[in-house]
Amino acid sequence: MKLTQLFILIALLGLALSAGAALAQGSDSGTLTVYTALEDDQIQAYLAPFNAKYPNITVNIVRDSTGVITARLLAEKDNPQADLIWGLAATSLLILDQEGMLEPYAPAGLEEIDPRFRDSREVPTWVGIDAYETAFCVNTIEIERLGLPMPESWGDLIKPEYEGYIVMPNPNSSGTGFLSVAAVLQMAGADGSIQTLIGENAAEVQELPSGEAVNELPGWSYLDALDKNIAVYTHSGSKPCRMAGAGEYPIGISFGYRAIRQARSGEPIVGVWPAEGSGWDLEANALMKKAEINPAAYTFLDWAISEEAMTLYAANFPITGLDTGLPVPEGYPENAVDLLIKNDLYWAAANREVILAEWLKRYDAKSEPR
Amino acid sequence: MTTISTTPPSWLAAKRKAARALNTEVWLMRGLILLSGAFLVTFVLLPLYELIRRSMENRQGEFVGLENYLQYFSTPALAQSFANSLYISAMSTLITVTLAFVFAYALTRTCMPFKNVLRTLALLPIFAPSLLHGIAFIYLFGNQGIFTNGVFNFLLRLIGGYDIRAVPPLPFEIQFNINLYKEPTGIILAEVFYLFPHVLLILMVALSLADARLYEAATALRASRWRTFLTVTLPGARYGIISACFVAFTLVITDFGIPKVIGDGVSVLATDIYKQVIGQQNFFMGSTVSVLLLTPTIIGFAIDRFAQRRQVAMLSARAVPYQPKPNPTLDRLMLAFCILVVLAILLVIGTALIASVVNVWPYRLELSGRHYDFSKVAGGGLDAYWNSLRMAGLTAVFGTIIVFVSAYMIEKGRGLGKTRAALYFLSTLPVALPGLVLGLAYIFFFNRPANPLYFLYGTMPILVLSTIVHFYTVSFFTATTALKQMDREFEAVSASLAVPFYRTFWRVTVPVSLPAILEIGIYYFVNALTTVSAVIFLYSANLKLASIMIVNMDDAGDTAPAAAMSMLLFFTGIGVRLLYELVTRGLKQRTQVWRQR
Repeated sequence: MKLTQLFILIALLGLALSAGAALAQGSDSGTLTVYTALEDDQIQAYLAPFNAKYPNITVNIVRDSTGVITARLLAEKDNPQADLIWGLAATSLLILDQEGMLEPYAPAGLEEIDPRFRDSREVPTWVGIDAYETAFCVNTIEIERLGLPMPESWGDLIKPEYEGYIVMPNPNSSGTGFLSVAAVLQMAGADGSIQTLIGENAAEVQELPSGEAVNELPGWSYLDALDKNIAVYTHSGSKPCRMAGAGEYPIGISFGYRAIRQARSGEPIVGVWPAEGSGWDLEANALMKKAEINPAAYTFLDWAISEEAMTLYAANFPITGLDTGLPVPEGYPENAVDLLIKNDLYWAAANREVILAEWLKRYDAKSEPR
Repeated sequence: MTTISTTPPSWLAAKRKAARALNTEVWLMRGLILLSGAFLVTFVLLPLYELIRRSMENRQGEFVGLENYLQYFSTPALAQSFANSLYISAMSTLITVTLAFVFAYALTRTCMPFKNVLRTLALLPIFAPSLLHGIAFIYLFGNQGIFTNGVFNFLLRLIGGYDIRAVPPLPFEIQFNINLYKEPTGIILAEVFYLFPHVLLILMVALSLADARLYEAATALRASRWRTFLTVTLPGARYGIISACFVAFTLVITDFGIPKVIGDGVSVLATDIYKQVIGQQNFFMGSTVSVLLLTPTIIGFAIDRFAQRRQVAMLSARAVPYQPKPNPTLDRLMLAFCILVVLAILLVIGTALIASVVNVWPYRLELSGRHYDFSKVAGGGLDAYWNSLRMAGLTAVFGTIIVFVSAYMIEKGRGLGKTRAALYFLSTLPVALPGLVLGLAYIFFFNRPANPLYFLYGTMPILVLSTIVHFYTVSFFTATTALKQMDREFEAVSASLAVPFYRTFWRVTVPVSLPAILEIGIYYFVNALTTVSAVIFLYSANLKLASIMIVNMDDAGDTAPAAAMSMLLFFTGIGVRLLYELVTRGLKQRTQVWRQR
């Protein structure tokens, strides 16, 4: 009897303590500075329910492209202005984490998140909200005019008939470009061809080397072949899709959301998800390490992975950190989740400099006037 | 004798009083020179130092000396961009300065009709955000461009509503391909268009003041027109021409807007910085390339100083202002030339206007005003627009005051000779700093709690100050060119009459230089309205700017709405300019009567 009472007491005490902790951590009021790389129109739609729920929290958004936001966060390292980061590429967050700029925090509901989509440590420094993946933007009018077949796979892109018709982002300027290059390096088999890494017949993923050995990967011979077909390497990740949409070049290697969005606005674009599988990255959230952490930041980060928020993300992205069970947005393939390869984000981040230097050595000659 | 010695005569007392006044005056002048110095040191030199320091560090923040520089030059692809940059900058400078000189000559030294209209139209490109130039060049010369596919083909589709696939073959066509993305030609053309108004402004000031007596002498000596041009006109404008070349070259070599939009296939130094800073967050290599960009400025500075030593004041105190005389053949020839240039400018701006009203370029060319509906634009489209206006207004007022006063102190000040020479050099530096680099240097320098000016970070004043510095050099040259053409005798006479310098400044210098001062003001206003590169790192969450929204819209694929917002800024700039002309017309007339004979 006494023991039971003691247990109840302890349980109550524990409850009170955790409630107290929760109260101490979150806050329903305040002014938050949020840095994000989410698209402007998404932010508007996502924030409306948050503002309705927490009318006393003013959310000030600084939005820019992934590269600019990452550069700005790093430059402000000595005196961070942001309270938290919402929807920035996980590869960028890995860099910030290396610099010791992120504060580990386990938002409420973390256990529901797909383990592939979060930092693997128990108290993670970043948690993903959605995934974006490599896709080809193909201009239907232009390939018809040029009499080109619709490309279906990575393998198709190196066929000679596409010579001079493909644009792709320069991995030295664009995170999306790096994502595709890193994926190709992970996917190529011993003979340099791209192996199918998804579906029932998926090949074994090879052992990935580190350091200079990365330059010996068979994927480089695929990239050599692809380079012959590339017209120009662009400075931004969305530009190949924009160029395809405006008919400047018929095929752009970009990412899925772009293809969908441009098709929606009336451009003759279809998205093609390569048959062998797509490389991917996450848009993820993180708390900034600061002397004084804004309590409203916890509230926001909790909300940002809640089912309500995930439902909002699911209107634009087929793959979200929490399986919402909603149908995929129009234009995406039904089996979107199955199209992602097994992607080692940590490997890519750790070997980024070596890969970029090798890429520069091999292909930046395209940047010379002929 | 004794009486005289005990009671000094009144003239001696007056002289002593004057000497005391002179003393205060000297101190006031020194104070102002030092104040200009403090401004330039805080907002140019210290952030620059921060940059140089970082170019000698590695990712771990350890000092590595020149290692980054060696690494840069040992990468062949990167050394290639150095060569590309030099070639593109030299070509653009040569073409622009030649065109703008003839244009400025026509405006200032001939009796060509429609001068005002032509001048206004020639300055139009300055009102357009650089992204608009990029979009227009893609629509004109890209793979689906109007010239690439044929002008008549385009007109048929625009007016006849043809599908891109169903345009009937035409018997005649204007069609050529400049291979926009792979050849430097496209970048050079776009840079010429971007530079033209900047260079024209400097050259117009350089040519607008001339001493008629020299021309009378030339006529009396029966010198031919050509000889007069070579021996009187050119030497008189030499300083302006050298400044124009210097500014043009540095503006091109540091511009990353145009190469980023249309030069994906041609690497240059400015986009290398972009790759390092934005693509790889490698500030150290980015700083290294930025420091390399300073080299041409330092060489240019040396040439500039050399030219200046030999500059004679064009407008001596006894000068008689030159009034052009009619010459039907020359006037007609010049008119034809100016009309051609203006038509080319209107073509580019007209294309941008089309870009903002077609439905889906290049496939559905039906016109639509839907892109001008900014209510759906995220981030409060109109708020950003008002912020931009406020920022531009503040920049114009404070920028003009700071630039003109410090240019005056450097040019006409007495004493502290070495300091003034150093300040002159500091004033030429900002043009060599790409905006992107300036923005970064400002974060490094100001976003530190240890900095006493830390409170500026993330506020309107830092946006204004960074913009003042970013466009400082051209404004400074405009002011200096105007000041140089005024004989130092004005100051000498004032000094001997014991008139304090500030009275001469206010009563003579400011009224005489008013056209230049007004140009500086408007130059600051329109550039602040459209600038992106420096402020993209400095704007804060509740201070968004319209020019940045334009870049974001374009990045999100909304090219037409981006073009529409750009046109809104463009028309705002023109509106303000017209208003300004109207308000200042009376002022100009009153202060410039002396130019008439």
